[in-house]
Amino acid sequence: MSGPADTAWRVGSVSRISKETPSAARIVLDVDGWPGNDAGQHLDIRLTAPDGYTATRSYSIASAGPGMVVDLAVDKLPDGEVSPFLVDDVMAGDKLEVHGPLGGWFVWRPDAASSPVQLIGGGSGVVPLIAMLRSHHDTADATPFRLLYSLRTPEDTFFPEVLKDADVDYVYTRRAPDGWPTPAGRLTKDVLAASVFAAAEKPRVFLCGSTGFVETVAAWLVELGHDPRMIRTERFGGT
Amino acid sequence: MSFITRGFSGRSHDRDPRLPPGQTEVSDWPVLSAGPTPRVDTEEWEFSIRTENGAHTWTWDQFMALKIDDVSTDIHCVTHWSKLGTSWRGVSIDTLFEGIETSHDFVMAHSYGGYTTNVPLDELLNGQAWIAFEFDGEPLEAEHGGPARLIVPHLYFWKSAKWVRGLVTMPNDDPGFWEQSGYHIHGDPWKEERYW
Ligand SMILES: Cc1cc2nc3c(=O)[nH]c(=O)nc-3n(C[C@H](O)[C@H](O)[C@H](O)COP(=O)(O)OP(=O)(O)OC[C@H]3O[C@@H](n4cnc5c(N)ncnc54)[C@H](O)[C@@H]3O)c2cc1C
Repeated sequence: MSGPADTAWRVGSVSRISKETPSAARIVLDVDGWPGNDAGQHLDIRLTAPDGYTATRSYSIASAGPGMVVDLAVDKLPDGEVSPFLVDDVMAGDKLEVHGPLGGWFVWRPDAASSPVQLIGGGSGVVPLIAMLRSHHDTADATPFRLLYSLRTPEDTFFPEVLKDADVDYVYTRRAPDGWPTPAGRLTKDVLAASVFAAAEKPRVFLCGSTGFVETVAAWLVELGHDPRMIRTERFGGT
Repeated sequence: MSFITRGFSGRSHDRDPRLPPGQTEVSDWPVLSAGPTPRVDTEEWEFSIRTENGAHTWTWDQFMALKIDDVSTDIHCVTHWSKLGTSWRGVSIDTLFEGIETSHDFVMAHSYGGYTTNVPLDELLNGQAWIAFEFDGEPLEAEHGGPARLIVPHLYFWKSAKWVRGLVTMPNDDPGFWEQSGYHIHGDPWKEERYW
Protein backbone atom coordinates (compact mmCIF):
# COMPACT_ATOMS: atom_id res chain seq x y z
CA MET A 1 0.00 0.00 0.00
CA SER A 2 2.81 2.38 0.73
CA GLY A 3 5.00 1.42 -2.20
CA PRO A 4 6.21 3.83 -4.83
CA ALA A 5 3.52 5.88 -6.47
CA ASP A 6 3.63 5.13 -10.14
CA THR A 7 3.87 8.17 -12.31
CA ALA A 8 0.71 7.65 -14.30
CA TRP A 9 -2.40 9.74 -14.01
CA ARG A 10 -5.52 7.67 -13.42
CA VAL A 11 -9.06 8.62 -14.21
CA GLY A 12 -11.36 8.66 -11.20
CA SER A 13 -15.08 8.68 -11.59
CA VAL A 14 -17.16 10.74 -9.16
CA SER A 15 -19.62 8.26 -7.66
CA ARG A 16 -21.04 10.74 -5.18
CA ILE A 17 -20.67 14.44 -4.36
CA SER A 18 -22.53 16.05 -1.50
CA LYS A 19 -22.45 19.16 0.61
CA GLU A 20 -20.27 18.53 3.61
CA THR A 21 -20.57 22.00 5.16
CA PRO A 22 -21.86 25.35 3.88
CA SER A 23 -18.53 25.85 2.09
CA ALA A 24 -17.23 22.34 1.45
CA ALA A 25 -18.09 19.25 -0.57
CA ARG A 26 -17.43 15.59 0.01
CA ILE A 27 -16.34 13.83 -3.14
CA VAL A 28 -16.26 10.05 -3.45
CA LEU A 29 -14.13 8.80 -6.34
CA ASP A 30 -13.92 5.34 -7.86
CA VAL A 31 -10.40 5.11 -9.20
CA ASP A 32 -9.72 2.15 -11.42
CA GLY A 33 -6.39 0.63 -10.46
CA TRP A 34 -6.04 2.64 -7.24
CA PRO A 35 -3.54 0.65 -5.15
CA GLY A 36 -5.07 1.61 -1.79
CA ASN A 37 -3.46 4.15 0.51
CA ASP A 38 -2.15 4.70 4.01
CA ALA A 39 -3.99 7.03 6.38
CA GLY A 40 -2.70 10.58 5.94
CA GLN A 41 -1.60 10.38 2.31
CA HIS A 42 -2.82 12.75 -0.38
CA LEU A 43 -3.35 12.76 -4.12
CA ASP A 44 -3.03 15.34 -6.86
CA ILE A 45 -6.03 16.34 -8.96
CA ARG A 46 -5.40 17.76 -12.41
CA LEU A 47 -8.10 19.72 -14.23
CA THR A 48 -7.76 20.21 -17.99
CA ALA A 49 -9.58 22.88 -20.01
CA PRO A 50 -10.58 22.28 -23.65
CA ASP A 51 -7.55 24.27 -24.86
CA GLY A 52 -5.18 22.08 -22.88
CA TYR A 53 -4.67 24.47 -19.97
CA THR A 54 -4.25 22.54 -16.71
CA ALA A 55 -4.41 23.31 -13.01
CA THR A 56 -3.17 20.82 -10.41
CA ARG A 57 -3.74 20.82 -6.65
CA SER A 58 -3.15 18.39 -3.79
CA TYR A 59 -5.98 16.95 -1.67
CA SER A 60 -5.69 14.74 1.37
CA ILE A 61 -7.52 11.45 1.38
CA ALA A 62 -10.11 10.94 4.12
CA SER A 63 -10.18 7.18 3.62
CA ALA A 64 -7.50 4.53 4.13
CA GLY A 65 -6.78 0.92 3.36
CA PRO A 66 -7.05 -1.24 0.27
CA GLY A 67 -9.77 -0.67 -2.29
CA MET A 68 -10.43 1.67 -5.17
CA VAL A 69 -12.83 4.08 -3.46
CA VAL A 70 -11.30 7.34 -2.32
CA ASP A 71 -13.04 9.92 -0.10
CA LEU A 72 -12.09 13.59 -0.35
CA ALA A 73 -13.43 16.72 1.29
CA VAL A 74 -12.71 20.03 -0.36
CA ASP A 75 -13.26 23.43 1.21
CA LYS A 76 -14.00 26.29 -1.16
CA LEU A 77 -11.65 29.27 -1.12
CA PRO A 78 -13.87 31.95 -2.68
CA ASP A 79 -11.10 33.38 -4.86
CA GLY A 80 -9.56 30.05 -5.68
CA GLU A 81 -9.16 28.53 -9.11
CA VAL A 82 -9.68 24.84 -8.37
CA SER A 83 -11.64 24.49 -5.13
CA PRO A 84 -14.74 26.46 -6.29
CA PHE A 85 -14.86 24.26 -9.39
CA LEU A 86 -14.64 21.06 -7.35
CA VAL A 87 -17.22 22.21 -4.79
CA ASP A 88 -19.75 23.92 -7.08
CA ASP A 89 -19.41 22.46 -10.57
CA VAL A 90 -18.47 18.80 -10.27
CA MET A 91 -21.38 16.35 -10.55
CA ALA A 92 -21.77 12.64 -9.96
CA GLY A 93 -20.57 10.78 -13.05
CA ASP A 94 -17.85 13.31 -13.87
CA LYS A 95 -14.32 12.09 -14.43
CA LEU A 96 -11.31 13.60 -12.66
CA GLU A 97 -7.65 12.87 -13.29
CA VAL A 98 -5.78 11.90 -10.13
CA HIS A 99 -2.25 10.86 -9.25
CA GLY A 100 -1.21 9.08 -6.10
CA PRO A 101 -1.24 8.06 -3.36
CA LEU A 102 1.46 10.56 -2.37
CA GLY A 103 3.42 11.38 0.74
CA GLY A 104 5.25 8.91 2.93
CA TRP A 105 5.83 10.96 6.06
CA PHE A 106 2.50 12.36 7.23
CA VAL A 107 1.07 8.85 7.60
CA TRP A 108 -0.14 6.70 10.43
CA ARG A 109 -0.16 2.93 10.22
CA PRO A 110 -1.88 0.69 12.75
CA ASP A 111 0.85 -0.41 15.12
CA ALA A 112 -0.58 -0.61 18.64
CA ALA A 113 2.39 1.37 19.87
CA SER A 114 2.37 2.30 23.51
CA SER A 115 2.84 6.01 22.90
CA PRO A 116 -0.44 7.81 22.27
CA VAL A 117 -1.35 9.68 19.11
CA GLN A 118 -2.50 13.29 19.23
CA LEU A 119 -4.23 14.60 16.13
CA ILE A 120 -4.63 18.36 15.69
CA GLY A 121 -6.57 19.76 12.74
CA GLY A 122 -7.60 23.24 11.69
CA GLY A 123 -10.53 23.53 9.25
CA SER A 124 -10.11 21.24 6.24
CA GLY A 125 -6.83 20.15 7.83
CA VAL A 126 -8.88 17.53 9.62
CA VAL A 127 -9.21 15.50 6.39
CA PRO A 128 -6.06 13.32 6.66
CA LEU A 129 -6.74 12.95 10.39
CA ILE A 130 -10.16 11.52 9.56
CA ALA A 131 -8.37 8.80 7.59
CA MET A 132 -6.23 8.07 10.66
CA LEU A 133 -9.29 7.90 12.93
CA ARG A 134 -11.03 5.56 10.51
CA SER A 135 -7.98 3.35 10.16
CA HIS A 136 -7.57 3.28 13.95
CA HIS A 137 -11.21 2.34 14.37
CA ASP A 138 -11.42 -0.17 11.53
CA THR A 139 -8.35 -2.09 12.64
CA ALA A 140 -9.37 -1.95 16.33
CA ASP A 141 -5.89 -0.61 17.02
CA ALA A 142 -5.24 -0.14 20.74
CA THR A 143 -3.15 3.05 20.51
CA PRO A 144 -4.77 5.86 22.52
CA PHE A 145 -5.99 8.51 20.07
CA ARG A 146 -7.18 12.04 20.67
CA LEU A 147 -8.19 14.79 18.26
CA LEU A 148 -8.17 18.54 18.77
CA TYR A 149 -10.28 20.12 16.04
CA SER A 150 -10.35 23.87 15.45
CA LEU A 151 -13.24 24.96 13.24
CA ARG A 152 -15.33 28.05 12.61
CA THR A 153 -18.84 26.96 13.61
CA PRO A 154 -20.67 23.70 14.38
CA GLU A 155 -21.96 23.64 10.78
CA ASP A 156 -18.36 23.47 9.54
CA THR A 157 -17.79 20.00 11.00
CA PHE A 158 -16.32 17.57 8.47
CA PHE A 159 -17.16 13.84 8.72
CA PRO A 160 -19.37 14.08 11.84
CA GLU A 161 -20.17 10.36 11.54
CA VAL A 162 -16.49 9.51 12.04
CA LEU A 163 -15.97 12.05 14.82
CA LYS A 164 -18.90 10.88 16.93
CA ASP A 165 -17.01 7.69 17.85
CA ALA A 166 -13.76 9.47 18.59
CA ASP A 167 -12.26 11.34 21.52
CA VAL A 168 -12.52 14.90 20.17
CA ASP A 169 -11.97 18.35 21.70
CA TYR A 170 -13.58 21.05 19.59
CA VAL A 171 -12.44 24.67 19.46
CA TYR A 172 -14.99 26.90 17.70
CA THR A 173 -13.37 30.04 16.40
CA ARG A 174 -16.42 32.03 15.17
CA ARG A 175 -19.54 30.58 16.81
CA ALA A 176 -19.93 27.80 19.36
CA PRO A 177 -23.02 25.59 19.76
CA ASP A 178 -25.71 26.82 22.15
CA GLY A 179 -24.79 26.13 25.74
CA TRP A 180 -21.10 25.53 24.92
CA PRO A 181 -19.05 26.15 28.09
CA THR A 182 -16.60 28.57 26.49
CA PRO A 183 -17.16 31.46 24.08
CA ALA A 184 -16.03 31.12 20.49
CA GLY A 185 -12.46 32.22 19.87
CA ARG A 186 -9.16 31.23 18.39
CA LEU A 187 -7.16 28.40 19.82
CA THR A 188 -4.78 29.63 22.50
CA LYS A 189 -1.69 28.05 23.96
CA ASP A 190 -3.53 27.40 27.24
CA VAL A 191 -6.43 25.66 25.55
CA LEU A 192 -3.96 23.67 23.49
CA ALA A 193 -2.09 22.60 26.64
CA ALA A 194 -5.36 21.56 28.29
CA SER A 195 -6.67 19.61 25.29
CA VAL A 196 -3.78 17.44 24.14
CA PHE A 197 -1.79 14.54 25.58
CA ALA A 198 0.90 16.06 27.79
CA ALA A 199 4.49 16.14 26.56
CA ALA A 200 5.38 13.72 29.38
CA GLU A 201 3.23 11.05 27.73
CA LYS A 202 5.42 11.36 24.63
CA PRO A 203 2.58 11.46 22.12
CA ARG A 204 3.20 11.31 18.41
CA VAL A 205 1.53 14.41 16.98
CA PHE A 206 -0.04 14.82 13.56
CA LEU A 207 -0.80 18.49 12.92
CA CYS A 208 -2.52 19.73 9.78
CA GLY A 209 -4.19 22.89 8.52
CA SER A 210 -3.38 26.21 6.93
CA THR A 211 0.26 27.23 7.07
CA GLY A 212 -0.39 29.86 9.74
CA PHE A 213 -2.31 27.45 11.96
CA VAL A 214 0.38 24.79 11.71
CA GLU A 215 3.23 27.23 12.34
CA THR A 216 1.55 28.66 15.42
CA VAL A 217 0.48 25.38 16.97
CA ALA A 218 3.78 23.61 16.22
CA ALA A 219 5.71 26.41 17.92
CA TRP A 220 3.42 26.18 20.98
CA LEU A 221 3.84 22.42 21.18
CA VAL A 222 7.61 22.80 21.22
CA GLU A 223 7.30 25.47 23.92
CA LEU A 224 5.11 23.06 25.91
CA GLY A 225 7.94 20.54 25.88
CA HIS A 226 6.96 18.28 22.98
CA ASP A 227 9.92 16.79 21.13
CA PRO A 228 10.00 18.40 17.65
CA ARG A 229 10.88 14.99 16.21
CA MET A 230 7.55 13.62 17.42
CA ILE A 231 5.55 16.29 15.57
CA ARG A 232 4.61 15.64 11.96
CA THR A 233 3.00 18.45 10.02
CA GLU A 234 1.10 18.99 6.80
CA ARG A 235 0.61 22.59 5.65
CA PHE A 236 -2.25 23.20 3.24
CA GLY A 237 -1.31 26.74 2.21
CA GLY A 238 -2.62 30.21 2.93
CA THR A 239 -1.31 32.26 5.80
CA MET B 1 -3.27 13.33 -23.84
CA SER B 2 -6.81 14.17 -24.71
CA PHE B 3 -8.44 14.20 -21.30
CA ILE B 4 -10.71 17.20 -20.71
CA THR B 5 -12.39 17.94 -17.40
CA ARG B 6 -16.05 18.66 -18.06
CA GLY B 7 -16.94 22.28 -17.33
CA PHE B 8 -13.44 23.44 -16.41
CA SER B 9 -12.09 26.53 -18.09
CA GLY B 10 -9.52 27.75 -15.56
CA ARG B 11 -8.39 31.18 -14.64
CA SER B 12 -5.61 32.35 -16.89
CA HIS B 13 -4.60 30.67 -20.08
CA ASP B 14 -1.63 32.87 -20.82
CA ARG B 15 0.87 30.57 -19.26
CA ASP B 16 4.07 32.30 -18.41
CA PRO B 17 6.77 30.38 -20.30
CA ARG B 18 8.88 30.45 -17.14
CA LEU B 19 6.36 28.10 -15.47
CA PRO B 20 7.29 24.40 -15.66
CA PRO B 21 4.46 21.94 -16.39
CA GLY B 22 1.89 21.48 -13.63
CA GLN B 23 2.92 24.64 -11.78
CA THR B 24 0.80 27.67 -10.83
CA GLU B 25 2.28 31.09 -10.09
CA VAL B 26 1.65 32.43 -6.58
CA SER B 27 2.28 35.82 -5.07
CA ASP B 28 2.36 34.63 -1.46
CA TRP B 29 4.78 32.00 -0.27
CA PRO B 30 3.40 28.61 0.81
CA VAL B 31 5.46 26.45 3.16
CA LEU B 32 6.34 22.78 2.84
CA SER B 33 7.86 21.42 6.06
CA ALA B 34 7.64 18.04 7.74
CA GLY B 35 7.61 19.32 11.32
CA PRO B 36 7.89 22.38 13.54
CA THR B 37 10.09 25.24 12.36
CA PRO B 38 13.49 25.11 14.10
CA ARG B 39 14.67 28.46 15.52
CA VAL B 40 18.42 28.86 15.17
CA ASP B 41 20.24 31.87 16.57
CA THR B 42 22.99 33.29 14.36
CA GLU B 43 25.21 33.34 17.47
CA GLU B 44 25.07 29.55 17.55
CA TRP B 45 24.80 28.97 13.82
CA GLU B 46 27.61 27.13 12.10
CA PHE B 47 27.98 25.85 8.60
CA SER B 48 30.36 23.12 7.55
CA ILE B 49 31.43 21.15 4.52
CA ARG B 50 32.72 17.65 5.14
CA THR B 51 34.50 15.50 2.57
CA GLU B 52 36.58 12.32 2.77
CA ASN B 53 39.53 14.69 3.33
CA GLY B 54 38.24 16.60 6.34
CA ALA B 55 35.87 19.36 7.40
CA HIS B 56 35.67 23.14 7.01
CA THR B 57 33.47 25.14 9.35
CA TRP B 58 32.31 28.76 9.27
CA THR B 59 30.65 30.78 12.01
CA TRP B 60 28.01 33.34 11.06
CA ASP B 61 30.52 36.20 11.12
CA GLN B 62 33.05 34.28 9.05
CA PHE B 63 30.31 33.42 6.61
CA MET B 64 29.25 37.07 6.25
CA ALA B 65 32.84 37.96 5.38
CA LEU B 66 32.76 35.73 2.28
CA LYS B 67 31.92 36.97 -1.21
CA ILE B 68 28.16 37.53 -1.33
CA ASP B 69 26.13 37.19 -4.52
CA ASP B 70 22.81 38.77 -5.50
CA VAL B 71 20.64 36.08 -7.06
CA SER B 72 17.45 36.60 -9.03
CA THR B 73 15.66 33.38 -9.86
CA ASP B 74 12.38 31.48 -10.20
CA ILE B 75 11.53 28.84 -7.58
CA HIS B 76 9.30 25.81 -8.02
CA CYS B 77 7.74 23.77 -5.23
CA VAL B 78 6.67 20.17 -5.73
CA THR B 79 3.22 21.09 -4.36
CA HIS B 80 2.53 22.88 -7.67
CA TRP B 81 3.32 26.51 -6.90
CA SER B 82 6.07 28.65 -8.38
CA LYS B 83 7.33 32.12 -7.55
CA LEU B 84 8.90 33.98 -10.41
CA GLY B 85 11.71 36.52 -10.17
CA THR B 86 12.56 36.10 -6.50
CA SER B 87 15.65 37.86 -5.18
CA TRP B 88 18.11 36.46 -2.72
CA ARG B 89 21.55 37.17 -1.29
CA GLY B 90 23.94 34.44 -0.30
CA VAL B 91 27.27 32.74 -0.73
CA SER B 92 27.68 30.53 -3.76
CA ILE B 93 28.65 26.91 -3.31
CA ASP B 94 31.55 27.60 -5.70
CA THR B 95 32.95 30.09 -3.19
CA LEU B 96 32.56 27.62 -0.34
CA PHE B 97 34.23 24.80 -2.25
CA GLU B 98 37.28 26.90 -3.20
CA GLY B 99 40.29 24.91 -2.05
CA ILE B 100 38.20 21.86 -1.10
CA GLU B 101 39.05 18.62 -2.87
CA THR B 102 36.80 15.61 -3.12
CA SER B 103 36.47 12.61 -5.36
CA HIS B 104 32.81 12.22 -4.35
CA ASP B 105 30.09 13.03 -6.88
CA PHE B 106 27.16 13.55 -4.50
CA VAL B 107 26.26 15.69 -1.53
CA MET B 108 23.89 15.27 1.37
CA ALA B 109 22.62 18.59 2.73
CA HIS B 110 21.94 18.46 6.49
CA SER B 111 19.65 20.82 8.34
CA TYR B 112 19.03 21.95 11.88
CA GLY B 113 16.05 19.85 12.91
CA GLY B 114 17.51 16.75 11.32
CA TYR B 115 16.31 16.90 7.72
CA THR B 116 18.48 15.84 4.84
CA THR B 117 18.31 16.00 1.05
CA ASN B 118 20.65 14.65 -1.61
CA VAL B 119 21.98 16.57 -4.64
CA PRO B 120 24.68 15.72 -7.21
CA LEU B 121 27.75 17.90 -6.56
CA ASP B 122 27.96 19.09 -10.16
CA GLU B 123 24.43 20.51 -9.78
CA LEU B 124 25.58 22.67 -6.88
CA LEU B 125 28.65 24.13 -8.61
CA ASN B 126 29.08 26.57 -11.52
CA GLY B 127 26.69 29.21 -10.27
CA GLN B 128 23.78 26.85 -9.67
CA ALA B 129 23.41 26.97 -5.88
CA TRP B 130 23.90 29.22 -2.87
CA ILE B 131 23.61 29.33 0.88
CA ALA B 132 21.15 32.22 1.11
CA PHE B 133 20.36 34.32 4.16
CA GLU B 134 18.39 37.22 2.65
CA PHE B 135 15.14 37.24 0.69
CA ASP B 136 13.72 40.38 -0.92
CA GLY B 137 16.15 42.54 1.02
CA GLU B 138 15.18 41.13 4.43
CA PRO B 139 16.78 38.49 6.63
CA LEU B 140 15.32 35.11 5.68
CA GLU B 141 12.47 34.21 8.06
CA ALA B 142 12.71 30.98 10.05
CA GLU B 143 9.49 29.71 8.47
CA HIS B 144 11.21 29.89 5.08
CA GLY B 145 14.46 28.35 6.27
CA GLY B 146 16.31 31.16 8.02
CA PRO B 147 18.80 32.04 9.21
CA ALA B 148 20.20 30.35 6.10
CA ARG B 149 19.01 27.83 3.55
CA LEU B 150 20.49 26.15 0.55
CA ILE B 151 18.97 27.32 -2.73
CA VAL B 152 19.21 25.12 -5.81
CA PRO B 153 16.63 26.90 -7.95
CA HIS B 154 16.77 24.58 -10.95
CA LEU B 155 15.46 21.69 -8.82
CA TYR B 156 12.15 21.44 -6.92
CA PHE B 157 12.41 23.54 -3.83
CA TRP B 158 12.52 20.74 -1.25
CA LYS B 159 16.12 20.26 -2.47
CA SER B 160 16.79 23.80 -1.24
CA ALA B 161 17.28 22.61 2.32
CA LYS B 162 15.89 24.99 4.92
CA TRP B 163 17.90 25.70 8.12
CA VAL B 164 20.94 24.22 6.43
CA ARG B 165 23.89 23.42 8.67
CA GLY B 166 26.21 21.56 6.38
CA LEU B 167 27.04 19.64 3.24
CA VAL B 168 28.58 16.19 3.41
CA THR B 169 30.00 14.72 0.21
CA MET B 170 29.34 11.07 -0.55
CA PRO B 171 30.31 8.57 -3.24
CA ASN B 172 26.75 7.42 -4.01
CA ASP B 173 23.45 9.22 -4.54
CA ASP B 174 21.89 8.13 -1.24
CA PRO B 175 18.33 9.39 -0.73
CA GLY B 176 17.74 12.04 1.93
CA PHE B 177 14.77 12.48 4.25
CA TRP B 178 12.37 13.82 1.63
CA GLU B 179 13.47 11.34 -0.99
CA GLN B 180 12.85 8.45 1.42
CA SER B 181 9.38 9.87 2.06
CA GLY B 182 8.30 9.61 -1.54
CA TYR B 183 9.92 12.51 -3.35
CA HIS B 184 12.01 11.95 -6.46
CA ILE B 185 15.74 11.29 -6.11
CA HIS B 186 16.60 14.14 -8.52
CA GLY B 187 13.68 16.59 -8.74
CA ASP B 188 13.86 18.44 -12.07
CA PRO B 189 10.67 20.57 -12.37
CA TRP B 190 10.89 20.69 -16.17
CA LYS B 191 10.70 16.90 -16.28
CA GLU B 192 8.11 16.84 -13.45
CA GLU B 193 10.34 14.61 -11.33
CA ARG B 194 8.03 14.99 -8.35
CA TYR B 195 7.65 11.55 -6.85
CA TRP B 196 9.22 8.14 -7.30
C1 LIG C 1 -0.69 18.05 0.89
C2 LIG C 1 -1.90 18.94 0.76
C3 LIG C 1 -3.16 18.43 1.05
C4 LIG C 1 -4.30 19.24 0.92
N1 LIG C 1 -5.52 18.71 1.26
C5 LIG C 1 -6.62 19.48 1.17
C6 LIG C 1 -7.91 18.94 1.55
O1 LIG C 1 -8.04 17.78 1.93
N2 LIG C 1 -9.00 19.76 1.45
C7 LIG C 1 -8.89 21.05 1.01
O2 LIG C 1 -9.94 21.74 0.92
N3 LIG C 1 -7.68 21.59 0.65
C8 LIG C 1 -6.56 20.82 0.71
N4 LIG C 1 -5.33 21.35 0.34
C9 LIG C 1 -5.29 22.70 -0.26
C10 LIG C 1 -5.51 22.58 -1.77
O3 LIG C 1 -4.40 21.93 -2.37
C11 LIG C 1 -5.62 23.93 -2.48
O4 LIG C 1 -4.54 24.74 -2.11
C12 LIG C 1 -6.90 24.65 -2.12
O5 LIG C 1 -8.03 23.87 -2.52
C13 LIG C 1 -6.95 26.02 -2.83
O6 LIG C 1 -6.86 25.82 -4.23
P1 LIG C 1 -7.57 26.86 -5.20
O7 LIG C 1 -7.12 26.54 -6.59
O8 LIG C 1 -9.03 26.91 -4.94
O9 LIG C 1 -6.97 28.25 -4.74
P2 LIG C 1 -5.78 29.05 -5.46
O10 LIG C 1 -6.31 29.66 -6.69
O11 LIG C 1 -4.60 28.16 -5.55
O12 LIG C 1 -5.45 30.09 -4.32
C14 LIG C 1 -6.28 31.17 -3.96
C15 LIG C 1 -5.65 31.93 -2.81
O13 LIG C 1 -5.86 31.24 -1.56
C16 LIG C 1 -4.62 30.98 -0.88
N5 LIG C 1 -4.71 29.67 -0.23
C17 LIG C 1 -4.32 28.47 -0.74
N6 LIG C 1 -4.58 27.49 0.14
C18 LIG C 1 -5.15 28.07 1.22
C19 LIG C 1 -5.64 27.58 2.47
N7 LIG C 1 -5.59 26.27 2.79
N8 LIG C 1 -6.17 28.46 3.34
C20 LIG C 1 -6.24 29.78 3.05
N9 LIG C 1 -5.77 30.30 1.89
C21 LIG C 1 -5.24 29.47 0.99
C22 LIG C 1 -3.61 30.98 -1.97
O14 LIG C 1 -2.33 31.26 -1.46
C23 LIG C 1 -4.13 32.07 -2.91
O15 LIG C 1 -3.75 33.33 -2.46
C24 LIG C 1 -4.18 20.58 0.48
C25 LIG C 1 -2.91 21.09 0.19
C26 LIG C 1 -1.78 20.29 0.32
C27 LIG C 1 -0.42 20.88 0.01
